[in-house]
Amino acid sequence: MKKLYYRQIEGRSNGYYALLAGLGLLILLGLLATLHMEHEGHYVTGMTNQIVWGMPHVFAVFLIVAASGALNVASIASVFNKKAYKPLAPLSALLAIALLVGGLVVLVLDLGHPDRLITAMTHFNMKSIFTWNILLYTGFIAIVAIYLWTMMDRTVNKYTRYAGFSAFIWRLILTTGTGSIFGWLVARQAYDAAIMAPMFIVMSFSFGLAIFILVLMASYIGTGRELGNVILFRLKNLLGVFIAGVLYFVMVYHFTNLYATEHHGIESFILTSGSIYTVLFWGVQILLGSIIPLILLYHPALGKSWKVIATASVLVIIGGLAQLYVIIIGGQAYPLVLFPGMEVSSSFYDGVVNSYSPSIYEIALGIGGASFAILIVALAIKILNFLPHTLDDSIDPHVNVTSS
Amino acid sequence: MTEKTQLPRRGFLTRTGAAVASLTIAPGIFLSQVVQAKKPEEPASDEVRWGLLIDTSKCVDCSDCVDACNTEYGLRGHNRPETDAQWIRKVEVKDKLTGHVQALPLMCQHCESPPCVDVCPTGASMKRKDGIVLVDKHICIGCRYCMMACPYKARSFIHETLTDQKSYAPRGKGTVESCTMCAHRVDAGENPACVDACTQSGHKSMFFGDLKDPSSPISKELTRRGGKQIRADLGLNTGVRYRGI
Repeated sequence: MKKLYYRQIEGRSNGYYALLAGLGLLILLGLLATLHMEHEGHYVTGMTNQIVWGMPHVFAVFLIVAASGALNVASIASVFNKKAYKPLAPLSALLAIALLVGGLVVLVLDLGHPDRLITAMTHFNMKSIFTWNILLYTGFIAIVAIYLWTMMDRTVNKYTRYAGFSAFIWRLILTTGTGSIFGWLVARQAYDAAIMAPMFIVMSFSFGLAIFILVLMASYIGTGRELGNVILFRLKNLLGVFIAGVLYFVMVYHFTNLYATEHHGIESFILTSGSIYTVLFWGVQILLGSIIPLILLYHPALGKSWKVIATASVLVIIGGLAQLYVIIIGGQAYPLVLFPGMEVSSSFYDGVVNSYSPSIYEIALGIGGASFAILIVALAIKILNFLPHTLDDSIDPHVNVTSS
Repeated sequence: MTEKTQLPRRGFLTRTGAAVASLTIAPGIFLSQVVQAKKPEEPASDEVRWGLLIDTSKCVDCSDCVDACNTEYGLRGHNRPETDAQWIRKVEVKDKLTGHVQALPLMCQHCESPPCVDVCPTGASMKRKDGIVLVDKHICIGCRYCMMACPYKARSFIHETLTDQKSYAPRGKGTVESCTMCAHRVDAGENPACVDACTQSGHKSMFFGDLKDPSSPISKELTRRGGKQIRADLGLNTGVRYRGI
């Protein structure tokens, strides 16, 4: 049994610098897109008075949801005391902070007034779930940072379990808050459902773990360190469970709606109308993002291939983005019900399915935020000891030595 | 819930006095209310609740109320109907079963429990003590959560730089706005612009007044012949009531 050491990556290869340069370019493009949107106004985007939240929100919510899920690997180690996951805990917490920061950057830069961020931090309406989320997000970063400190500083290792437990509870509340942004909207047919909070929690498990697996693989392949099948296969089996969990919640959500006649309109719009949302739901979210990864991950032969595991993880991410697109954009595209049972029309697009074409600026901002999250991870693992020197199958996680 | 008691006002508010809304809504029924002007330094009072009653049977195929609102606030289109602001719009409602069609003006319903105020993170969406729901443009961060929450699609986001604004109703790129029930006119003792336009055109389908005053013409009329809320099932207790829906 080998002892466990955490080591910085060398970070001097051409590949590493190319990664930083590529991410830097994508971040720059995102910032330029933001400057253009804020200078001209939001009319240059695909967002309108009908579709008020667009592609930036799909990216931002995805990253924020994935952030809390990325922490799960650490939680399994600290809260549920599964030693095998312990070596991965620091990377898990780092990724959680990075993804949250990336998501928040996108959310803030899409505001009509990003310059008023200080207003949002000083004027609180405590009845707003948005306000709760502002506090939950900042609190999450603080708690996970403390959690990381307890893991990485040997003198405070004894507090890791408490910090990990606090972070775990906090992240559950945080994702409840994110789901409730939609679940508490009484006005719209697609929302106003308590199940959205737990559904978002399970979505976070799935999206966060998919990203974690890819970051882990990239870090170890990129640095030439050993990564054993034991830990990777545990993670991929867990990902399969989470994918099935998301499918379950999606099924319950739709079946509940299908039972109530008043929701038949939105259900047929999403499930059978043949719109882009129908294609994204069945084709990308369910088939490509759920069924195929499940088959790949649990296939007796394919499921043991790293390439297949990586492919399945990428598909889960694509499926997750599609799911949030359907929830956020599809939920707004379906018209508000002003007069139940009546047909309405006006010059303000009442009673019609609203159209939305994401602009290049919105997409650039979203990708810029995701790139920023990856950049934080890439830089952090070079500066601090986040990664075990090896994760081969002989590593003994019961012996935890924090290296200098 | 955030409540603000004072609005920024300009010099025009030095106008004081009373406005008399005299409306004949049916033979033998005479609606008139003296609306007392509020002094600029005087906060909005919760002793009143301003509201509107719209008689859809008298609402004809015209856009006088919409035009008056656009003129009052300088709302102009930019040939981009999907992003152009609309504070009040005419909505055509058709009964799918009977085919019966009616039209009505729709604007912010000035709810007693406004979802937009609940969800606003900074408190920019606010309700005055007299029931008028407004947006404080100085602390609106442009998150558009209020637009997601409004069941009436009453709000617009300003998608471009604006020029030639009215001094009594500043608007700004990157903020959300909606019908103010013409708070500046109401504070000066006048009727909202849409109501005056409807009266002047002879249609007389819109009435304005104090819902809390049982002796006000609008309250008497509501007591006598009723008035429904749009999406009453949401329990928001709207300040705008409709007859004939």
